[in-house]
Amino acid sequence: MEAPTRQAEPSLNAASLSKAYGGNTVLHNVSLTFRRGEVHALIGENGAGKSTFMKILGGYIQPSGGGLSMDGQPIYFSGPRAAEALGVVLVHQEILLAPHLTIAENIFLGRELHGRLLTDDAAMRAQSSALLASLGSQLDPRKTVETLSIAERQIVQIARALSGHHRFVIFDEPTAALTPFESETLFAVITKLRQQNVGIIYISHRLDEVKRLADVVSVLRDGQLVHSGPAKGLSPTDMAHLMVGRPLGDLYPAKANSENAERVLDVQDLTVAGRVHNASFDLRHGEVLGFAGLIGAGRTELFEGLFGLRKASGRVDCAGHKGGVFSTVNEAAAQGLAYVTEDRKGKGLLLEKPLAQNLTLARLQQFTRFGVIDTTQENAALDSAVARFDIRTPRKDIDAGRLSGGNQQKLLLAKTLLSDPNIIVIDEPTRGVDIGAKQQIYKLIAQMAHEGKSIIVISSEMQELIGLAHRIVVMRQGMVAGVLTGASINERAIVTLATGAHKAAA
Amino acid sequence: MFLQRFNLRQTAPFIALLVLILIGSLVHPNFLTYSNLIQNVAARTAFIAIIAVGATFVMASGGLDLSVGSMSAFTAGAMILFLKSHEASGGALLIAQGMGLAVVVGLFCGLMNGLVVTWGRIEPFIATLGSMVILRSLFTWLANGGSLSISPELKDVYAPVYTGSFLGLPIPIIVVLLVGTVAALILYKTAFGRHVLAVGSNEEVARYSGISILRVKLLTYVIQGLCVAIAVILYVPRLGSANSATGLYWELQAITAVVVGGTLLKGGRGNVWGTLAGALFLETIGNILTLSNVNVYLIGAVQGAIIIIAMLIQRGLNRREI
Repeated sequence: MEAPTRQAEPSLNAASLSKAYGGNTVLHNVSLTFRRGEVHALIGENGAGKSTFMKILGGYIQPSGGGLSMDGQPIYFSGPRAAEALGVVLVHQEILLAPHLTIAENIFLGRELHGRLLTDDAAMRAQSSALLASLGSQLDPRKTVETLSIAERQIVQIARALSGHHRFVIFDEPTAALTPFESETLFAVITKLRQQNVGIIYISHRLDEVKRLADVVSVLRDGQLVHSGPAKGLSPTDMAHLMVGRPLGDLYPAKANSENAERVLDVQDLTVAGRVHNASFDLRHGEVLGFAGLIGAGRTELFEGLFGLRKASGRVDCAGHKGGVFSTVNEAAAQGLAYVTEDRKGKGLLLEKPLAQNLTLARLQQFTRFGVIDTTQENAALDSAVARFDIRTPRKDIDAGRLSGGNQQKLLLAKTLLSDPNIIVIDEPTRGVDIGAKQQIYKLIAQMAHEGKSIIVISSEMQELIGLAHRIVVMRQGMVAGVLTGASINERAIVTLATGAHKAAA
Repeated sequence: MFLQRFNLRQTAPFIALLVLILIGSLVHPNFLTYSNLIQNVAARTAFIAIIAVGATFVMASGGLDLSVGSMSAFTAGAMILFLKSHEASGGALLIAQGMGLAVVVGLFCGLMNGLVVTWGRIEPFIATLGSMVILRSLFTWLANGGSLSISPELKDVYAPVYTGSFLGLPIPIIVVLLVGTVAALILYKTAFGRHVLAVGSNEEVARYSGISILRVKLLTYVIQGLCVAIAVILYVPRLGSANSATGLYWELQAITAVVVGGTLLKGGRGNVWGTLAGALFLETIGNILTLSNVNVYLIGAVQGAIIIIAMLIQRGLNRREI
């Protein structure tokens, strides 16, 4: 006698999903089944169709072909609300919160709890606190979102997504803005959700995370499903091969020798009120210097202070400058220093402006003749930047916002390097960037160091720092906790310094 | 190449204007005549058009100036008072000095607005609402609650600046075209213009790119002040006087012209020629309604409704692009 077949398998099923914009098909006949109580990772390069796919699952867009079914019943999502009603929720990669409202108001936005007449704020605050606590966060739900860091906002966003009873939760690069420490908390939450029989669809560029969390891995390339199977037996390298369709070679290029090179920058006692306290470090010719630390450790603030983007004090000594911190970005640029922001969409690029205008924005004076902008020269600069940085764009006259994350990042690098700086500070060089572009950016950093430029890389990805840097400065609570060199560089040492564990142990 | 660059959003104000002219020519035989189109519509549009060109800079950088109407009245008042007090010396030189004074007053008012907004960090809406009330009050004080006029003799000397023409075109229209050309050159072809759009598009990106936001914003208000002064220089010879109706609602008409012309209220995109088309658009509606004997008291209501419809169409165009 046969075993009784399970009644209506608890699953979310996508059958031959296709999506085309105009004549451009971005998703071809993708069929996948997501089961409850399972972590299903969806990986692929930027532009592979991941985001299109998950937007269909989340009800944000309608497929051009194929359809969805849940537990064997065909379903149709007219919008994200309809998807949520059926227990499918998408946690966005980008922060979609109202900055002036409190955490609790954001978590319950659009589904406020009501007493008899008015909203029940006390209940919403209590539930928000409980939700945040379950995510390992002690945030006060009365704080407004604008006062939170990016990582904290991400936690609030996840709390919002988890505030209902969900059958499937889609995470879109949830750790992109989180430190390793905060990521751990998120992984614990995901594991707990899985135990509660929630289906998890996990999208990430970080293959080590995928390896750790996923039960099933599906790979998209050029809008098609190229692989779907158990995660067991699939190494991160295998995944990378499947994603790009070719062997990648070493992710990190060889490091140039920079020992005993002359010092090109010396910063002493840099202080940004409430953020950075007496931070000192130096940088050598041809060196890649890493900056590690938890979110909120003051790394970004340190360099924004150095470049005059925040109020700061301290002593700075470089080739043509001896004295206080720079008062403007231009003053720093005149001394050959350039800063690439971590917030490429908010502070780096004008998303609604064409590529060429973005490229030249900080150096327009180089492109004017008798005060008039020479667009021919501008377009020539774009051509050479596109070639040198391998910026992949369908046309050269599109707006920067239309590029994929990796290509936006390359454009931002090109923009910053237009001043031909000798000292380049790159804050989170590969956030939200796919593995192919990552490799190119690493190559570029190493190549610039070879050419004798000095580079500071701020990153929350420890592997990246270990792979690139000659020395790593670790910051904790606004102070330099220690500097790691050569053989002493490893994840354990970084985490120990970043969290202050060595002090607790002592 | 041309087709690829053809942009419905940028050309919409001109298409709307053409459609309106077509309608006008069907409605009334006198509409499509030189005397009506050029002397009535275009010349009357001149003041608003010039002020609106300045407003294009302010709004493209994400600012707003509500004080331009009061500023026009105050500048006109100051200019007329100056001319009156030196009437004995009469003549072209005096008028030139008066023009110089108007420019200085306009620049000063713009500079004050700019400083309150940038250095004082007050929202442009509030800052210029304040200066709007101050300048209107100052004008009323200068005019002692009534009107200010220059002598008929001096007016005769000055009048050709408004009524005269050059190469068959009335001088106000020539001035509008000149102001428009210079403004378009500045906004589209210079680093400063690019910076204005960058600041309006995303202030943080501009700051991180090393652009002095304070300087850019300050200059947009100064440019606005200069444009007001130029408009006043053309306005005073028209009637030779200024009264409580001078500049009334000009700020609203200018803002409407700018927005109808395709400049984004939130900044980041500016369209100088669109602004001129927008100003003409408003005046043409009024002209057609007057020619078709619509009750004068209702013209405002119809204009308002057409503006809302125009904006709805523009919204539709923007959405389609996304």
